[in-house]
Amino acid sequence: MAAIFVLAEHRQGQIRDITYEMLTKAQQLGEATAIILTSNKEMAKPLTEYAKTVITVQDPKLENFNSETYRKILSTLIAQHKPKLVMMGHTSQGVDLAPRLATELNLPLATDLIDLAFEGENFAVTRQVYGGKVNAKATARKAETYLATIRQATFQPKKPEPPANGQITEIPSPLTTDITEKRFLQYVLPPPGGVDITAAEKLVGIGRGIKDQANIPQVEELAKTINAVVSCSRPIVDKGWLPTDRQVGTSGKTVKPKLYLALGISGAFQHILGMKASDLIIAVNKDPKAPIFSFADYGIVEDLFKIVPSLKNKINELRTQKA
Amino acid sequence: MDVVVCVKHVPETAEAELKIDSTGKNIDRAGLVYDINEWDDYALEEAVRIKEKQGGTVTAITIGAEDSDSTLRKCLARGADKAIRLTDPKFEGSDGYAIAKILSSVLKTLHYDLILVGMQAGDDGNAAVGPILAQMLNIPHATMVKKLELATGAAKVNRELEGGLEEQLEVKLPALFSVQTGINEPRYVSIMGIRKAMQKEIKVMTLADTGLTEADVGPAGSWLTIDKLYVPPVEKQAQFLKGSPDDIAQKIAEILKSKGLI
Repeated sequence: MAAIFVLAEHRQGQIRDITYEMLTKAQQLGEATAIILTSNKEMAKPLTEYAKTVITVQDPKLENFNSETYRKILSTLIAQHKPKLVMMGHTSQGVDLAPRLATELNLPLATDLIDLAFEGENFAVTRQVYGGKVNAKATARKAETYLATIRQATFQPKKPEPPANGQITEIPSPLTTDITEKRFLQYVLPPPGGVDITAAEKLVGIGRGIKDQANIPQVEELAKTINAVVSCSRPIVDKGWLPTDRQVGTSGKTVKPKLYLALGISGAFQHILGMKASDLIIAVNKDPKAPIFSFADYGIVEDLFKIVPSLKNKINELRTQKA
Repeated sequence: MDVVVCVKHVPETAEAELKIDSTGKNIDRAGLVYDINEWDDYALEEAVRIKEKQGGTVTAITIGAEDSDSTLRKCLARGADKAIRLTDPKFEGSDGYAIAKILSSVLKTLHYDLILVGMQAGDDGNAAVGPILAQMLNIPHATMVKKLELATGAAKVNRELEGGLEEQLEVKLPALFSVQTGINEPRYVSIMGIRKAMQKEIKVMTLADTGLTEADVGPAGSWLTIDKLYVPPVEKQAQFLKGSPDDIAQKIAEILKSKGLI
């Protein structure tokens, strides 16, 4: 069976979930082979439960990800083994590495895939375009080896039964000299904020639909009425309207409140991954086709500014009745 | 410092309802409003800020039809000195790889210390052109840049990682950086600025000016060919609450009450 390489992703000593998601998918496509480039010998072991073959390069220079050290090693490995496919995450690592590696080796690359298959001679892929509103099915130019970056949380990780009981093969590190064009200096944590949205029982999330910073206070008032905290999607933080610690999504926080009231959030998958585990999701959006409605329990196709003031009043009325 | 910014003229689709056209391989573009790609807008702003601080020039390049001029005018009005538009029917159907080939053919003829691109485009979202271009030009790169500080011969950049974490890198110049949204706050362009920009020249180039052949561009020169576009099937759908805003608000309030949330 053809080898399917999966580049294991790790940071600060932790193997990241995308690794197991990709290994699970790779088993369906061919002979899953995990590749781990690391400074830590122990990190190859958990991969043996998922892949029959684990190839590792161990070098103190590999403690932190650097696209250029990775590229040097992978280009050698791909040339030697000629796998049918090389998978990596469509993450901060894969995005930095895959396009350049593909260009160097002149191999076709498909990015941010939500599905992939070999259909006869063809490598057929599915990806999302226009912010997830449309799917595209595409075929890669024919090649001996294909490269692909895979969207996070697309495939459910599942340990093979029985476990793969893989063999670890260590390859000597080809990193003889330091790479000086691009050097890792340090991790930078966001400044600690005053609000921990992950601890909030109720969140009122705002997105692009809020239109203007001046419209935020009326949402804050509504949030206060139900004892909720205001969180947001990425554009609100980009505009500087709310601090970074309020951002829900892959580049922000993952939350699981009892209530997530989404106002003017269309539901880019990066945001969805951060909030889909909420107990109750109610979404208000003008676009009936907004992806958020596929994840919400209740949907309201309406201008949020018509709902917000009225909702505050109705909640207060119900409260009064209760009292 | 001479900075080149690569920009793309894209339809705004965040709040639009999209339909597939009769070819099945494109969206129906009728009624869509076009503007500079959101990520490129941040790259442009970063380039102009560097010029204001350090002097030098900003050149904006795009690949697209004549209507892309409005995006280039925006670049000129914001502070770019030169604008280049690459236009040729043969470029249609180019993926990120073919686009990078076209851009690199022009960049090889320009002087630059820094190339800035948006980390992805809002339409096809490949997030690939930047690093491909860097490889073709044989210069270092970093993607998803959220902070950029220039020093002599090198830049310190913060890359956005997952979960709110960033990493700081040192990258030698000349380099290419793909910019993440939120790196700065793009300024509004004044009417005066746009008027002035109308007088500036936009240089137009075609396939013949690039030194590339037909086989290098379009579907023939691409890694990927689109077979079809489709609106994703809805797997699960919310229960929709209908009525007047007051009716809806009442229903939401009752749901919250029934779940013990108010």
